[in-house]
Amino acid sequence: MLQVDGVNKIFTTGGSQVIALQDINMKVSAQEFAVIVGPSGCGKTTLLRMAAGLDKPTAGRITLHGRPINGPGPDRGMVFQSYTLFPWLSVEDNVAFGPRLNGIPEKEIESIVDHYLGVTGLLKFRKLYPKALSGGMKQRVAIARALANAPDILLMDEPFGALDAQTRVVMQELLLKVWEEDQKTVLFITHDIDEAIFLADTIHVMTRQPGTIRETIPVPLPRPRDHGVLLTHEFLALKKEIVEMIWQESKQAAEEVVNSGIK
Amino acid sequence: MEANRKSSLKALSLKPQNYMALSVLLILGLWCLLSFSGRVNPIYLPSPLAVAKAFVSLQEEGVLIPYTLVSLYRVLAGFLAAAALAIPLGIAMATSKRVDAFFQPAIGFVRYLPVTALIPLMILYFGIGDFEKVAVIFVGTFFQLVLMIQDTVSAVPGELLNAAYTLGAKGSAVYTRVLLPASLPGIMDNLRICMGWAWTYLVVAELVASNSGLGFMILRSQRFLQTDRIFVGLLVIGILGIVTDFLFKALSQVLFPWYERLGR
Repeated sequence: MLQVDGVNKIFTTGGSQVIALQDINMKVSAQEFAVIVGPSGCGKTTLLRMAAGLDKPTAGRITLHGRPINGPGPDRGMVFQSYTLFPWLSVEDNVAFGPRLNGIPEKEIESIVDHYLGVTGLLKFRKLYPKALSGGMKQRVAIARALANAPDILLMDEPFGALDAQTRVVMQELLLKVWEEDQKTVLFITHDIDEAIFLADTIHVMTRQPGTIRETIPVPLPRPRDHGVLLTHEFLALKKEIVEMIWQESKQAAEEVVNSGIK
Repeated sequence: MEANRKSSLKALSLKPQNYMALSVLLILGLWCLLSFSGRVNPIYLPSPLAVAKAFVSLQEEGVLIPYTLVSLYRVLAGFLAAAALAIPLGIAMATSKRVDAFFQPAIGFVRYLPVTALIPLMILYFGIGDFEKVAVIFVGTFFQLVLMIQDTVSAVPGELLNAAYTLGAKGSAVYTRVLLPASLPGIMDNLRICMGWAWTYLVVAELVASNSGLGFMILRSQRFLQTDRIFVGLLVIGILGIVTDFLFKALSQVLFPWYERLGR
């Protein structure tokens, strides 16, 4: 279980301080699919990077199974928004990177790689180098690579943000399928409200300046889900609720800017 | 008919190899035109025929191949020594602020000293033998190469390293499994470019004080107004340059089939 307690993050640039995150409290239970949704600049990526150990909170703490996070480690797999496959390794060697690094016997690695290439539909492409793959394919490999390392939690930073709309839909369904098989704990970040509702058990809505979690909303939609769910009444009601929440917040922020301008 | 010819012309004009052949033929043609027409004094521009004859006689005198080999040896010795030290130091400077701060001032200073200005000092220290030539090439390339390699390694995307960290990479594995493989194609390019400079410095060193090598051959030919022999020396250096460049590129393609170059 991932737990975030009273986390603040302040960036200091050239003497001035920016509060990126203020008093973040949240938890992700075992096998939960948690999604943080929020506008760009709300600090959601910073929060995820701190969970990965790539960044440190200014105050507060983040723990995984009660152990505080000190730097990155293989217990927290991460899928980045930008393409981060190792270009000199073939698809299968990319997937084998983590297990090989962590000293898993070669025989075992082979079956792990086969398994994850299978569930992500990459078996035919195993010998290719990343340069031969499309964006969607690269992110499939990135997901397989993260899962092959058997992390306790999968951290995903807008992994489908750079993909076109059709590919994104395919990838969302693929991710749900893999997740339902593996029963991994996932913390997923997006600014796309449809994506958030479609994937999540729980949605944490973030607002910005300073970034804070405004509301935590359970998603009671039944599983397994496919994209038909996007047009159901329950889905649209949830979407309306979240859209209004974010819209209200941005209106408030805009008014504050106007008011401070008048003064 | 007309359309057919047009399309074949188009195909001809599109192929890069044809442009290559065209440029070589143009230069050769211009050379022939200027020299055979007698418009230019052969002391300034010998004809291709005269150069070919000079090539044969240099070969018969038994100087061409030994001189080429001695120059090649000096270039390779200086260049390999520079590369052997510059690669680890460049990587260390790219990954450690302390190492960078320690070496940066000295390297930045020496890098701006023209090697040609250091040759008198080198002769004073090392004499005019092979060692001095190798030292000139080393000094001329090492300091440039270190900074080029530092840049190449620094350009490895941070997210690639972060991805490796989240997969459990730490310590030396970060170097051997990520930084080095990621920067090798760039390092290869750095070496290729540096090789060109190595040749330049070698010839300069051989021109100043030497009793063997291609630079020496060129200087001696100039004293006797044997322009055709100067041209032989230049041609040999130029061809060796093209060949090394080609070898580097071919080696890169064999070693790094995964490498994605812009515009290819």
